[in-house]
Formats: sequence, structure tokens, C-alpha cells
Amino acid sequence: MAKGLDAQARQGYALIAPPFLYALLILAAPLLTILAYSFMTDGYLEVVRDFTLTNYVQVWTDPIVRTVMLRSLMVSALVTLVTVLLAFPVAYYVSFLVRPERKSLWLFLITIPFWTSYLIRVFLWKVILGYNGVINSTLTGLGIIDEPLTFILYNVNSIVITLAHAYAPFAILPIFVALEKIDRALLEAGRDLGESRAMTFWRVTLPLAMPGVLAAVLIVFIPTIGDYVTPELIGGGKIPMIANLIQVQMLALDNRPLGAALAVTAMAIVALVSIVFLLINRRFLKVRS
Amino acid sequence: MTDDRKPMIECRGVHKHYGDYHALRGIDLTIRAGEFFSLLGPSGCGKTTLLRTIAGFEDISDGAILIDERRMEEVPANKRPTNMVFQSYAIFPHLTVAQNVAFGLRRDPRGKAEKAALVDDALAMVGLRGFGNRAAHALSGGQRQRVALARALILKPKVLLLDEPLSALDRKMREQMQVELIKLQRQVGITFVLVTHDQEEALVMSDRIAVMFEGEIAQLDGPEALYARPASRRVADFIGVMNFLPARILGETDGTVTAEVPGLGPVELPARQVSRANPDDDGPTIGFRPETMTLVGPTQTHSQPRETNATIDEVVYYGDMTYYDLRLDGAAAMDGKARPVRISMRNVFGRDVQEVGTRTRLAWSPGSLVLFR
Repeated sequence: MAKGLDAQARQGYALIAPPFLYALLILAAPLLTILAYSFMTDGYLEVVRDFTLTNYVQVWTDPIVRTVMLRSLMVSALVTLVTVLLAFPVAYYVSFLVRPERKSLWLFLITIPFWTSYLIRVFLWKVILGYNGVINSTLTGLGIIDEPLTFILYNVNSIVITLAHAYAPFAILPIFVALEKIDRALLEAGRDLGESRAMTFWRVTLPLAMPGVLAAVLIVFIPTIGDYVTPELIGGGKIPMIANLIQVQMLALDNRPLGAALAVTAMAIVALVSIVFLLINRRFLKVRS
Repeated sequence: MTDDRKPMIECRGVHKHYGDYHALRGIDLTIRAGEFFSLLGPSGCGKTTLLRTIAGFEDISDGAILIDERRMEEVPANKRPTNMVFQSYAIFPHLTVAQNVAFGLRRDPRGKAEKAALVDDALAMVGLRGFGNRAAHALSGGQRQRVALARALILKPKVLLLDEPLSALDRKMREQMQVELIKLQRQVGITFVLVTHDQEEALVMSDRIAVMFEGEIAQLDGPEALYARPASRRVADFIGVMNFLPARILGETDGTVTAEVPGLGPVELPARQVSRANPDDDGPTIGFRPETMTLVGPTQTHSQPRETNATIDEVVYYGDMTYYDLRLDGAAAMDGKARPVRISMRNVFGRDVQEVGTRTRLAWSPGSLVLFR
């Protein structure tokens, strides 16, 4: 028996070896390079291989970095909140109210935004939200407002709107899957045991959908915190997020060690937040057999 | 089983349409308080639909349902005095056993300690004392079923609805739960309405059974009446094994029918032994259960009024029982078709299992026959 398992294990390892090596090369090597850079000294046009903690000291004491980091966290938290709150009703509708034979059509429609590049979608939001954009010209044309609204472009609101739209499908799908897995008899049982539809949702549907909601939170939160394009375009470059700061250090200022230290710091913060969510999720996941 | 108990559930001309599909076709039914009532039928006969309309999960298209003399049309499922044990048990996977059982007690004004005691009592009643803190997903099928029972019964409903509750259990567990359910029902005195496709289960457990086909009640009777005097050939076919032989009606006086049965000879059957045939049957048919006739050895005597000679074609040994397929002498006389009949004999001590090809005598009584015409 043990021998057979060994052979099976060997076979398994042999199977995953090529992608594992590939992942090591493509993923781990750059990460390790960045980590190594973050402890090196910046020279003129080169990176000097002298070990130092100066970069981290600078990152952790610079008030600008702190402001941008907090803004990034705040923006992605807001984006996550908005996205998940908007995604839940959509996922609920598709799972509970759409006829089974229509569900795949709905999922297909939800993925339509992905048919075009992220960059183009962000540009389109600029067109919609801009000073002379769709919203403003419509509203002024209808005489509802006299002057174009300025609070919808080049600020945090517009970044949140754009990112929430971009990541909506990523939030809808995991929540949809979690809702689909709920045995409908459980909802009838909730009603049968005397609870109204609203209370049944609160006591049965929502707790059982939580793994999907938490997955959606992670899937939206992690990439948005590092988003570079939207703050650059929609924020007009005036409200940078952490990725923009890294870009400036890495390319514009050619201070790769400092940029690396910023990147590692951001990664550590994201990792920390993710671990917290994973721990919460374990509470919900363990009840599933 | 007495008729003087007050009605708990009344269905009056209940119809249910799903688009073009007519699932319930005028159900008239009274279920009495404290009764163990079964809805029995093949899948798609509407029995589950009927149960779900009583529970309030389905609206009815026409007619009325009354529970405890109150009309239920406007009463949503969560306000009805019924609780259900679901086929899949529907145990909440995110809650412990105790939380599952206490689910319906949220709005109960009693204190926490009192509710905890209620939960303990309910769990003890279904034989799960001390299981309260277990995670629901860690339970076996039988245990889930018990949790579902405790969760429903703790609310002291007027009616407990059971939707094929035993179909997911293995045979031994199922037989054990059947007995436990009967005991539990007697103990709590609540009206039980059971939906099942298993005729044996219905016979074992019920005070009365409604056999349903295609959205209609084909027969409503106690288990013994249902088994011994099925109202139609279809019911007879559905419940247990029944042998069928063609018959020729010779005459009828005051409801007593005289018929000629090839292999059995002429018989006189009083009205209570005459039932409806299926519309698509070819002519009148005599039916009898395998255990109502007895194989008798050449030297044995018997007390049955009639006897017929036969040849054993097939022997199927079941341990406690042996089934014999017999060819009755003269059975093919009417139209040349050989109609084997199946007889079951209990393998009591001293009775040998007969061999294939043996000539034998079959002792029987006209009282055990049913005529479908």
C-alpha cells in the first residue's frame, strides 16, 4: 500500500514539476529579485549591492508614502465595499430568480465588459465622467445643472466608480457560485420553521453565501490596491495610489531599491489583510461538509 | 382510527396547475386529528405537490385547504400550524445540532435556559441526547433525520408533514425508523402526514392511506382494507403482489356476481369483493394475493372449501419464504394462454420446499378473491 502511494506520489510530482519550475522562474524569481533589491543601495544608474535598511526606514517614515498607502487602502476598501454590495443583488437575482436554462446566458452577459481591454474601459469612464463628458453634457443640455459637475472626475469618487465597474464580474461570480450551492430546501425549511422571507435570508442564505462574499472581497481588494491605470487616468495623476508611487521610484526617479521596498511593504500589507479574511472565511468554510 | 375525531386537514376540490400540467385534479380529503396518514403513489402522482400545498410552499389553483378548521389560502408557509421533515432533511449546515433544533424558537418568548432545556428534551426524544454541540454536517443520514424530526416537533405543530423521510436510509435503518416514527407519533399525538412511494412503508406505518395516481386519489382506506380489497386493479397492482386471471361473468343477482375462472372454476363473489377494472384492461379479471392460497401435499388435509391441481414451474427460495410459480390445470382453457400464478409459502418447521415439476394441490377459498370488472 505504502509502495503504491509512493509511486503515485512520484507520478504526481513528475506531473506538476514542469509548471512548478515555470512558476518558480516566472513568479518566484522576480519576487526574490524585488526582495533583494529592497535591501540594496541606490547608486547612480545602477543598484549597488550593499546591504541596507535605509529604504525601509525611508518608506516607513515618509509622510507622503503613508498618505498614499492609506489612500490606497481606503480606496480599495471602498471599491471592495461598493463592488460586493452591488454584486450581491446581481448574483442573487441570477441564482434565485433567473430560470435555470437562462442562467448561463446571464453569466455570459456579465462577462461582456471583459471583451474589451481594461485600459479602454477606463478611458470610457473618463469619457462618461469628464468635464465635457456624457453625464455633464447631458445634465447641462437638459438644464438640470448650469455648470459641469467637477466632483465626478479626477478624484477618489471617480476612481471608486471605475474600479467598482471593472471588478464587478469578479465579485458576482464567486457570490453566484456560493448561492448556487445552497440547497433550496434549506430556505423552505427556514420558512417552515416560522421565519419570514427576510429573516430566512438573514439566518440561512447570507451565512451560507459568506464564503462567496469573502472570496469576492479578496478577489476585488487584492488587485485594486495595486491598481495603476485607473488612478493615473481617472485620477488625473493628482491622486496617486501606491502603484503609481512605485512606478515613479522605479522608472522616473530610477531608485529601484526604494521602489522595491515600497512594493514589498505594499505586498506585506495586502498579505496581512488577506490572512485576516482567510481566517474569517475558515469559520464559514468549516461548516461545509 | 375512530371516525369521531375532529378533522385536522380538509382538502376540498383542490386543483393545482403548472402551466399546462394538471398536477392535482380535485383532491377531496379529510385527515383527522392525531391520525398517521400516508399519501402513497408512484413518482409524479402529485403526492408531494399535495403535501407542499398543505405546507404552504405551493399555491393551489382551485379549491380550499383547511387546517384545524381555518382556511389556509392567505396564510403563508411560515404562519401555518404545520412543520415539515424534508426529503433531504434540510439540516442547516452552518449551525450545530442544538442550533438547528432551536431554529424555530427565535421568537418564542421563553428564556434562554428554558429553550435550552426544550432542545435537550427534543433531542432526547429522538434519541440524540448529548449531540447538541455536534456540527450538523458531521451527522449520519439517520441522525440528520432525527435532528429534522426534533427541529419540527419542538415547535409542537398541529400537523407534521413528512416528505419521503426514509427514502435516503438503508433498509435496516429504514425499518428501525419506521417503528420509531410510529412510537413517536403515538407519544406526541400530533397528526402525521407521510408522503411515500414505498407501499410497504405506508402499510406498516399508517392508520389510513390515500393511494394517488395522476393527481387523483384512487383509494382511501386503512392498510388492511387497501391490501385485501383494492378498489381497482391499478391499486392492486401497485400495492404488493397480486395474481390476475381472466374471468367470464356468468350472472349477477343482488350484487353477487357469478364468474367462471379458468383453472379455478366457477365462483360466487359478494359485492364487497367486486372492484373496478382499469379502463384499458381486456375484460373482467380475478385477482388474489400469493399468500391467500396454500400448497397441499398428496396426503395432507386442509380446511379450505376449494382445491385445484397444479404443476410447479419455478421455485424461488427467500429464506423465510418460498415463492412458487404454478401452472393451474385448465388455466389456459379460455384462450390458450398459459398464466402462471405466484404462491408464497412461509417456510415453517417441518414443511419441505417443493421441487420444480412437482404435481401439487392448491387449497383456496373464494373469499380471498377480488373481481375487477
